Amino acid sequence: MINVEAVYWLIGILFLAWAFLIGRDANHPKRWGSASFWGLLGLCFFYGTWVQAGKAPGWVLGIAILVLVVLASAGPLGDGKAKSSTPVQREAFAAKFGNKLFIPALTLPVVTVLVVLLAPVLVIGGTPIVDPKNTTLVALGIGAVAAVVVALLILRPKKVLTPVFESRRILESIGWAALLPQMLSTLGILFTKAGVGTAVGTLAAGMLPKGSLLAAVVVYCVGMFIFTVLMGNGFAAFPIMTAAIGWPVLVLGFHGNPAIVFAIGMLAGFCGTLCTPMAANFNLVPSALLEMKNKYGVIQAQLGTAFPLLGANIALMYFLAF
Amino acid sequence: MLVLIGVLLVIVGFAIRLNPLVVVTVAGIVTALLGGLNPVQILDAFGTGFASSRSVTIFLAVLPVIGIIEYFGLQEQAKRLIAKLSRLTAGRVLLGYLVVRQLTAAVGLNSIGGHAQTVRPLVYPMAEGAALRRYGTVPEKIKEKIKGHSAAADNVGVFFGEDVFVAVGSILLITTFVDTTYHLHLEPLQLAIWAIPTAICALLIHGFRLLRLDRKLDKEIREIEAADALQTVNAGGNA
Repeated sequence: MINVEAVYWLIGILFLAWAFLIGRDANHPKRWGSASFWGLLGLCFFYGTWVQAGKAPGWVLGIAILVLVVLASAGPLGDGKAKSSTPVQREAFAAKFGNKLFIPALTLPVVTVLVVLLAPVLVIGGTPIVDPKNTTLVALGIGAVAAVVVALLILRPKKVLTPVFESRRILESIGWAALLPQMLSTLGILFTKAGVGTAVGTLAAGMLPKGSLLAAVVVYCVGMFIFTVLMGNGFAAFPIMTAAIGWPVLVLGFHGNPAIVFAIGMLAGFCGTLCTPMAANFNLVPSALLEMKNKYGVIQAQLGTAFPLLGANIALMYFLAF
Repeated sequence: MLVLIGVLLVIVGFAIRLNPLVVVTVAGIVTALLGGLNPVQILDAFGTGFASSRSVTIFLAVLPVIGIIEYFGLQEQAKRLIAKLSRLTAGRVLLGYLVVRQLTAAVGLNSIGGHAQTVRPLVYPMAEGAALRRYGTVPEKIKEKIKGHSAAADNVGVFFGEDVFVAVGSILLITTFVDTTYHLHLEPLQLAIWAIPTAICALLIHGFRLLRLDRKLDKEIREIEAADALQTVNAGGNA
């Protein structure tokens, strides 16, 4: 069975390969600091397997993570701006290969989706080939490998390792932002453990005027929105706001239809996801990936949709659920 | 209420634009201390948090294929392709992607796109290609705007499409939570159906903004050209 740990190990191997290439690059302005950062991050991906299984102490990994944060923020990590094909060469390649270039790009989603759809029937001797708990993640890993193979067959680069060289260039342009989503996820766990959720829920419930349905709907939706902005996703916000307002006030008090109240409440939280740097994998990683000057450019493009849509959710809940 | 200091640290840290990694780490340590964790427990929390959240970094697995096809001119080819379709503008390219992304997510094909998989290699170059055909050149400021909107189209499409599909995480979270806590028996399908009105609103609002984006870009291009012309005149005057 291919489980999700295999995909994490693939990423760990890639990190080590990228670190090796950076360590070999004598022109890299921050050669050793950068190689240490990516290499250590790779080792963390392997070690994480045992931490996840409860077979190794987590605090060792915790120390490594803090070292990564220091390397990333205190200066040793930098972008080596690895050489790639020149714009002129790229135009020539594009003229030569034409639309064939899209084949590997499309192989990735097609294989991923096929694996997801076929996973339930891909069984050998009673064991599923793809881990049923993490089908999408494993499928993405398989799709990524398949797409590289297809790309090598079609484009036939002089060096088989071209995909690794070229991905190092993209990785370095992303830089420390690659670590951020996982750090935010950890912060979310710490917030929950320390009771941040309950504190916000109490605050929201305290602001609620008695007896007004519209006010209750607004506080529930806006509360979901603000809480999601603070925590980075609606999943942490939902149980708290629902326990504070959604269930006792909207469903029990005003007899709202629970399916409608909860479905739209969650979507009001999603409007918050559009506005927050805490949702780094949606809002900050893309701006690094697209090499934007303004890190918050993606959020800025989304604000104009998030606020009207929050208003729409409030109106929908008010008119549909009661 | 003391635990909210962690939240405050995050807000202030992001607002004064410190390195987000540092902000998040410090806020995490402070929150954990206020929550009564000892140093070993804090390190443990960072370690186990990292180990259990490796799935959010899985997008890096697609970098090798994106890297090689970019080396061989994928972005250039995407621009060439778009340049032939004269009716396409940046806004219309992104609107098309928004619709496809939302519809595919609504039938559970969430993994078909993404920032690394489709936005960087395909969507952004196509939108920029359309702008290049329309304006002749694409100044840096306009590029930034198109990049932001390319990523935004992906986010809006997924967020407000996936909830229409019954087996998505957020729907299952709602049913598991309310069924166990309040002894209800909500079917995922009931929730998915009631996500449709919001999905339609999201498409209308964001679609409308994308169609307006072209007019905004037209205006900005005219302003940039006017400023350039003025500079040329001034430079001529000085010479």
